[in-house]
Amino acid sequence: MDDGQKLNTKPTVAARARMNPGVCLFVVVLIVAVYVAHQDSWNWTKSEPLLFGFLPPGLAYHAGYSLWTAVMMAILVRVAWPKHLESTEENPRE
Amino acid sequence: MIPVIVVLIYLALIAVIGSVALSKSRENTEDFFLANRSIGPLVFFLSIFATNMTAFAILGSSGQAYRQGIGIYGLMASSSCFVIPLTIFFIGTRLWALGKKFGHQTQVSFFRDRWECNHIGTVIFALSAAMLVPYMIISIMGGGTVLSNISASGPDHQPMIPYAWGCAVVAVVVTLNVFLGGMRGTVWVNILQTTLFLCFGAVAVAVISHALPLGFSDYMGKLASDPKTKFLVTREKMPAAVFWSYTFIPLSSIMFPHMAIMCFSAKKVTAFKQTVIAYPLAILAIWLPCVFLGVLGAAALGKIPDPDGVLLQMLNKYTAPWLAGILGAGIISAVMGSDAHQVLALSTMFTKDIFAHYGGHEKFGEKKSVHFARGFIVVVTLIAYFVALSLKEKQGIFEIAIRYAFSGFAAMAPVMIAAQFWKRSTKWGALAATLFVATALIWIAVTQASHKPGDVLWQLGANKVFFINPRGDVSFWNGFMTVVPMVFGSAICVVLFSLFSRPPSQATIDRYFETTSYASN
Repeated sequence: MDDGQKLNTKPTVAARARMNPGVCLFVVVLIVAVYVAHQDSWNWTKSEPLLFGFLPPGLAYHAGYSLWTAVMMAILVRVAWPKHLESTEENPRE
Repeated sequence: MIPVIVVLIYLALIAVIGSVALSKSRENTEDFFLANRSIGPLVFFLSIFATNMTAFAILGSSGQAYRQGIGIYGLMASSSCFVIPLTIFFIGTRLWALGKKFGHQTQVSFFRDRWECNHIGTVIFALSAAMLVPYMIISIMGGGTVLSNISASGPDHQPMIPYAWGCAVVAVVVTLNVFLGGMRGTVWVNILQTTLFLCFGAVAVAVISHALPLGFSDYMGKLASDPKTKFLVTREKMPAAVFWSYTFIPLSSIMFPHMAIMCFSAKKVTAFKQTVIAYPLAILAIWLPCVFLGVLGAAALGKIPDPDGVLLQMLNKYTAPWLAGILGAGIISAVMGSDAHQVLALSTMFTKDIFAHYGGHEKFGEKKSVHFARGFIVVVTLIAYFVALSLKEKQGIFEIAIRYAFSGFAAMAPVMIAAQFWKRSTKWGALAATLFVATALIWIAVTQASHKPGDVLWQLGANKVFFINPRGDVSFWNGFMTVVPMVFGSAICVVLFSLFSRPPSQATIDRYFETTSYASN
């Protein structure tokens, strides 16, 4: 490694947004839980019961899963929105 | 005849919107490529969704459901519902902020500035462009096929619009729209397009359900009770390893140049809020009816020669001609919405990352850069059109190329993540990952062409590390798709080569991480 330059890893601007560690943990757990729920091995070979009389269980589950991902995103927007980006202003280099 | 008239009226409307957009435009590249970063929340959502939804979302999804059953929804749609909004939320918002602050209009211009590099950015550009071009060609091919299919009439099903004319109509309308209106014309058209194809699924299901001789439950019961067709309502023939691997594919979305460029175009970052919540609902609205109708087609139509045409056949058989025309316009919308963004993205990349970067902008100025971009759009569409005509019978090649492209763009995601979230990442890490992805794609293409199903490519003890699966694709250990090792391999390349090379200057790191990061303490 070229150590000609030392990297300053400290936060550079005090005004940056901060994410509460508890919220951060909640966000990680929520995302992992929803990801795991995608792998619904218990529905793999099930053909019954048909939801509303015509939707196979595997399809009904993933339709519900899609709704749940929308809820997950709504929660993320509520608790983890990068608010500090809202004040971004133009500052071209040249 | 009626479907053709409806579709032609719709196409004319799109061309008119492009010309109105021209009257609002200013002769500078930021306006032409990004609509002056002025896109509001609703239009932003409709456009970013149109950008990412190709004809595959309607025709391919129903065709795959006809072949493989309901598992296609979980495999492709619900995994996208999870991954794509997350990438837009975490990566897209930061990309917007960096674009706004530093004036970036493409991913490559961000990488060049972030990592203080020049030619490495050109390498990333070359790989991205190479993976995007087949996508554009197949959009034109898809448009030609759809127009010829929905215009087929009479007992011998002769199309009123032959394939070549269908391709030409799509190419001309997309070119006019993008050439005249740039990003503004494209997103205005997207409002109409996305609304049309969002309604498509529900209308198609409602109309077809009324026309079918039996009820939905009768058809589904019939499929479930027959051992030969039961797999269509379960996932018993779908390997779990493939199902899991597919969750990596939607990582490609944010790395598609047209998606990233859309992220730059929003007026405010708050436009992303509604988008990430509505995105999974929109996927649900399109994919659920199409997958359901594809499976239903297996029961209602029996064996058909072209499974990708199952939905068109059901529309022709079970709906009135005028409605088939409107629904056909919905399918064409999906084709052209994404095609327009691909053409515009290629033009943006060539103009900004090559022409402007290597001195063209300084030499010719802002106004001539827009002329260059417009000229490029005409040339690239003409080339794509003639390729679509001359290689019509080899459409499968482009479909395979797109499969590679999805894996390739997904494997480039670690590069974007490193650029945005890891201060210590370097241009050498990015170059290593890019070369790794390019090499992997070439190796997979050559290997698949030269081996037959069942061949073992690399074995460690009793474990087959790489082998050719029964479909003829290269598979990774236990049947995982190659996208899995590609994503991890790319991430390892970024980390290792970054750690062993010089980081960008502290000033650059400060500029970037002031803009986007959460404080670590």
